[in-house]
Amino acid sequence: MKFVLGVALGASLFVAVGIAQVFAFQDELVGAGATFPYPLYSKMFDAYYQQYGVRINYQAIGSGGGIRQLMARTVDFGATDAIVSDKEMKSMPAEIVHVPTCVGAVVITYNLAGKDSLRLEPDVLADIFMGKITSWSDPRIKATNPNLHLPQMPIVVVHRSDGSGTTAIFSDYLSKVSDAWRKKVGRGKSLSWPCGLGAKGNAGVAGLIGQIPGSIGYVELSYARQNKMPVAAIRNSSGSFIFPSIESVSVAANIDLPDDTRISITDTPAKLGYPISGFTWLIVFREQAYGDRPRARAYRLARLIWWMLHEGQRFCTPLDYAPLPQGALGKAEKIVKSIVFKGEPLLKQ
Amino acid sequence: MGQANGLSRHLANAYPGGILQFLNRNTRAIGLGDRVFTKAILVCGIAIVVLLLGIFVTLMIESLPAIRAFGIGFIGSKNWDPVAGAFGGLPFLVGTLITSLLALGLAVPFAVSIAILLGEYWKRGPHAGLLRSAVDLLAGIPSVIYGFWGLMVLVPLVRTFELKIHVAPYGVGIFTASIVLAVMIIPYAAALGREVIELVPADLKEAAYSMGATRSEVVRRVILPHASSGILAGILLALGRAVGETMAVTMVIGNSNFLPKSIFSPANTMASVIANEFTEATDEIHLASLVEIGLLLFAVTIVINIVGRYIIHRASVEA
Repeated sequence: MKFVLGVALGASLFVAVGIAQVFAFQDELVGAGATFPYPLYSKMFDAYYQQYGVRINYQAIGSGGGIRQLMARTVDFGATDAIVSDKEMKSMPAEIVHVPTCVGAVVITYNLAGKDSLRLEPDVLADIFMGKITSWSDPRIKATNPNLHLPQMPIVVVHRSDGSGTTAIFSDYLSKVSDAWRKKVGRGKSLSWPCGLGAKGNAGVAGLIGQIPGSIGYVELSYARQNKMPVAAIRNSSGSFIFPSIESVSVAANIDLPDDTRISITDTPAKLGYPISGFTWLIVFREQAYGDRPRARAYRLARLIWWMLHEGQRFCTPLDYAPLPQGALGKAEKIVKSIVFKGEPLLKQ
Repeated sequence: MGQANGLSRHLANAYPGGILQFLNRNTRAIGLGDRVFTKAILVCGIAIVVLLLGIFVTLMIESLPAIRAFGIGFIGSKNWDPVAGAFGGLPFLVGTLITSLLALGLAVPFAVSIAILLGEYWKRGPHAGLLRSAVDLLAGIPSVIYGFWGLMVLVPLVRTFELKIHVAPYGVGIFTASIVLAVMIIPYAAALGREVIELVPADLKEAAYSMGATRSEVVRRVILPHASSGILAGILLALGRAVGETMAVTMVIGNSNFLPKSIFSPANTMASVIANEFTEATDEIHLASLVEIGLLLFAVTIVINIVGRYIIHRASVEA
């Protein structure tokens, strides 16, 4: 009897879930863009679906793809790790806004036997990646690492071969701290690298560094933490060597921000901030009434973004992303409130 | 067939006068079916040609900004700088050609040996079946698996080797990529080679044996010359595959956009740079330059095909 009841209950639950899914399918929002926050977003969107029954279909096709899809108005929101350039802003069919969702960082990782906690000066880092410093026993590396035994071993630079926001943040930082880098290489998602080996994705870079003794490269903070890779402390603009951590990255974003939050926070002035950090953003049209979009859909989008800035932030730390600091959150709230439908703000809180 | 005969006999019995008429209508019906069938296969054939032209035209149109900006110099320029917006395809063209040809050089001895072994020595039996399945399976492994294998197994081996011969011990580079490619293309060349070797007429071989030729002499003097055009075709098919391979190469070539200095240098190929930079290329000229690399790859494939046809034609005339 119990068994029959159980089966009946199970069956009705199954049907109910099925029906719920059919209805939920109409409550769908579509987004595309950055791969970097994908693990965080998929966790957030899953939780949001559990809570509100709104299904969000996010495709991690890369920031560039996200921008292009938003431009073509085939998605409700795009996601990017690099600020949409002024040129791209102009080619958009209407004004877009950037909403920061969390803070990420690029960490320097390396393969040296049994030696963790390497400390690097910004100009030394730039010269390593420019191929000017070629040996681990170079006096400029020794100067900041007096306690480490550094072998007489050639440095093998490993960089990303695919275009990526990670490379954009890293090269943006090096352009700020090294004139030579800015003039010779510059900043961008894909670069003309002066030296080294290229590998595809964080996993590719990590794989090569694992294979080649004496190699050095850069990966995302969350990737390095989850794979327990050795990371270097970098001296920030206030003169302290800072290890990348959730706290030091969040602190790096706790500075005076412009109202549109379109700013690079690398080489942060924050005293205890890790210098190679950057926001990741959602991008949406400020005026949500376009095409045959119903108001309900636009409202759903605004609600989702608001939720991501508040309740959603609790998912950041467990997944090794840094949550938005207070100042940035305030700016982000204002931006979300400025999203309108036919000129009327969607959120009134 | 028997059924149709039975049916017409039955009809002839039932309608003695109408049989001609019936058969007539029947053949007309077949004729209509035949015409539809002919049309259908014609349409399919033309569609492929149109598709090919369409791809070519699309590549042309999409790469126009780059063609306008850099002209023919694109092919000769070795500068690839997405930040400055200056693009040239030479390093990738060179990278593709060197890796593919080196891979071919490594693969051909193995492929031809396997083809002879399976086509002449081991025609049947469990050992033949095993080798044949192994070669076929090799062709079915996804390229990302080859790349992974290259990265995990080959890279440390090549590194050790490079340390011994005193070149920069990267482990990744043209040499490693060529080895991975060679393993990937062996099955293509071997399969076609085996089939043509099996087709060599038995009376030719028997004639040679009857004149006292040894088995290896028969292989070298009779079978190989007779099957040469087919073997060449297989090698060419393999080359075509090597030129276009993307994922496995990207994982082990080192992705450096410079002209390679030696076969141990890291380099990059045309397919690999497209796969690497396409998703995040937002700049118009960057995107157009990547498409132009695609166009160049297309052209290289066509040239290989034409040269290949010429070689095969010459080989078959001589044989």
